[in-house]
Amino acid sequence: MSAYILRRLLYALPILVGVNLITFLLFFVVNSPDDMARMQLGDKRVTQEAIDTWKGEHGYDKPLLYNAEVGGLPSLTDTIFFEKSLKLFAFNFGQSDSGRDIGYDIRQRMWPSLAIAIPTLLVGLAISISYALMIVFFRATYIDFGSVVLLVAMMSISGLFYIIGGQFLIGKLFHLVPISGYDHGLEALKFLILPVVVGVVAGIGSSTRLYRTFFLEEINRDYVRTARAKGLRERAVLFRHVLRNALIPILTGVVAVLPLLFMGALIIESFFGVPGLGSYTIDAINRQDFSIVRAMVFLGSVLYIIGLIMTDISYTLVDPRVRLS
Amino acid sequence: MPVILITDALIFVLIAVGIGFGLYAARHEHLRGPWRQVGRSPVGVAALVVIVFYVGVGLLDSLHFHPLIEPVAPAAPAASSAQADQSADEKTDAVAQPVAATSTSDQAMSGQDATADEQDSFAATPASVLAEPTYSTQIISVLDLWLSGLRERQEKTFSAPFATQLFVKEAIEQPDGSVIRGYPRLEHGGAHLDDPSQRGVDILLRGLFGLVKGLIAWTALMVTLIAVLAWRGRQSFNDRASAIWRGETETPWRVALSALALMLVLSFVAAELAASYHILGTDKVGEDVFYQSLKSIRTGLVIGTLTTLVMLPAAVILGIMAGYFGGRTDDVIQYLYTTLSSIPGVLLIAAAILMLQVYMTNNAEQFQSLVERADLRLLFLCIILGVTSWTGLCRLLRGESLKLREADYVQAARSLGVRSSTVIGRHILPNVLHIVMITVVLDFSGLVLAEAVLSYVNIGVDPTMNSWGNMINSARLELARDPVVWWSLAAAFVFMFTLVLAANLLADVVRDAFDPRLRSAS
Repeated sequence: MSAYILRRLLYALPILVGVNLITFLLFFVVNSPDDMARMQLGDKRVTQEAIDTWKGEHGYDKPLLYNAEVGGLPSLTDTIFFEKSLKLFAFNFGQSDSGRDIGYDIRQRMWPSLAIAIPTLLVGLAISISYALMIVFFRATYIDFGSVVLLVAMMSISGLFYIIGGQFLIGKLFHLVPISGYDHGLEALKFLILPVVVGVVAGIGSSTRLYRTFFLEEINRDYVRTARAKGLRERAVLFRHVLRNALIPILTGVVAVLPLLFMGALIIESFFGVPGLGSYTIDAINRQDFSIVRAMVFLGSVLYIIGLIMTDISYTLVDPRVRLS
Repeated sequence: MPVILITDALIFVLIAVGIGFGLYAARHEHLRGPWRQVGRSPVGVAALVVIVFYVGVGLLDSLHFHPLIEPVAPAAPAASSAQADQSADEKTDAVAQPVAATSTSDQAMSGQDATADEQDSFAATPASVLAEPTYSTQIISVLDLWLSGLRERQEKTFSAPFATQLFVKEAIEQPDGSVIRGYPRLEHGGAHLDDPSQRGVDILLRGLFGLVKGLIAWTALMVTLIAVLAWRGRQSFNDRASAIWRGETETPWRVALSALALMLVLSFVAAELAASYHILGTDKVGEDVFYQSLKSIRTGLVIGTLTTLVMLPAAVILGIMAGYFGGRTDDVIQYLYTTLSSIPGVLLIAAAILMLQVYMTNNAEQFQSLVERADLRLLFLCIILGVTSWTGLCRLLRGESLKLREADYVQAARSLGVRSSTVIGRHILPNVLHIVMITVVLDFSGLVLAEAVLSYVNIGVDPTMNSWGNMINSARLELARDPVVWWSLAAAFVFMFTLVLAANLLADVVRDAFDPRLRSAS
């Protein structure tokens, strides 16, 4: 098992190099370090001198990918790409282009993101699973049909409308909770309710429908027929047999997204003014702060790869027939 | 003078591919069967009817051209009524004599001078106007031409649906010279009414008139359809009609006709009412929201379909190659798609769009017009969305071709020395087509929804382009007003919801028809 994990982690290295290369190219293919300096210094008429100092301070005064002046191996290592990427692999994110410590910012902003993402995931999971189970209990009736129509309709509504509708109804019409903002400590609770509710409602449609198909797949299996044949009641069949088996694909699916919870929900966070990682990223994109964007992309890719490995491991844990090779 | 924008050209390619595929599917039973099953599903047929209406609007909006500037300046939207009358008179003259004789040219030129002050948007000089037909630099589509009434009837600012007065108070000059603050009458919405209180009756009458027109059109279509069906089935007209009425036909024509009736009546009523009201209100700059919603259809459809068209070749070729050849090829392709899919999609799109913006501001001279610029950005968005979304299909196809490679008939072909390209083309590709088709249909609604979200964070389509995302984006701040300006949001919601719901329902039916696993289960 540990050999497998180690090998997978080694596989991740070239992928992360590739991810870095892509973000790097995307940024610098049209945008030279000079442009970046000018943007950050924020003035149309900056002297070349000021630009050079800025580039020197932030480490952008080298060739981008290939340094022709020094021969041999340093021609690849003495470049912006190599210097900036190497530190990322040690999770040393360095300073943002505006001079803040990215690592510190990420550690600070991680908590609001998690405070929204974890309740959304748990509540959403609980509601979706119970609803799907209910639909399956009433399968092939009008409740089943009506629920499926409702779920498809809910899936067809853009997430933006859930957010706008939630803000408008709960926040503005009923004045129950503040529309947006954030606070520390327990005070944060009232700011969290609305994003979590909106996140849960927006996700119910697709997840419940997916879980319903998982349950229906299990319900046609032989062991279910056996359970019914020996006289178990429908409730016992559903909870003791179908639910437990259908939980395998549901939970392994959840495991894959667990690490990504750190990244925060980009849209929800920026809508509700939550100072999490999602809004951090969007702000950085709008400010064209390359260091932050690259750090976040790197972090996201690492978490994604961890999620993939965790999915594989969880398969072996819940299903002994699956062997890792 | 017709103009073909890049996305237009790709839409035509897409239609060609669609027709080609349709012909191919019609000749192959394993593809024709599932499609016939789709045709027998009432939900599928109803969804198809709705989608056909959307596609029709989208196609009309894809035929672009430079409008002809008539020898005498066309009526400017802002021209006051006296000048509008004058230029209208002259326009009729000019239309009567398209190739203007010298005798009328002086007269026309004087008319040109009179209105030239307001005509700064039209760059044509009087001399060139008379020499040969000149074209406006503006690019419009056939839909714009058709809806030119809606396009040109601009108000000053917000007005509610079916309103006769502006939504905000303004200083109005009374006939006796005094100034009061109140809600001024709209310039176009309900302008034909002398007394705004008659509005209800007027709307009802016009609505009924539209309803009758819609029903007449529907009856005509229905009679033709039944006649054709009866002729093909060698039945009498009455037998066929009663079979459809009782729902005994194999294809659910009754559902199709009901859906058609609904859509036709809705469009005719809307058309009838839109001629004299702003049926969905106007936005901040006084543009008709109904017009914006109709224009947004093309954007949504282009994003939903072209993205797939762009990513399809790469996903299909690489996926099959990875699965079929295995080894080193497989490693490289797997590395490629794992890398791409591990970058958070929104970040990749954001970075790419930002880069495009920088490029466009640095090379502004390359783009002749705003429309072309917006169009290029739309295409770029499709490409980048395609780059982020092809990995899923590629992975599916790789898995399927891995399985197919071991199939007996593929082994046999290989041992007989058939070239790899032939094996792939003849044995592998036809057997993975159903996966491709399911993915294409399933992706569509997700892409339409994604457009709205991306435009909302300003990394979607160009802000000047009509799209549902831009409508929502510009309308959401107005929710803070009191009373609320809700109609832009509602319009975007209704139009988007209808399309996505129809697409989702159709996708369900298509997936059930093509997925062999599900078919055996049910």
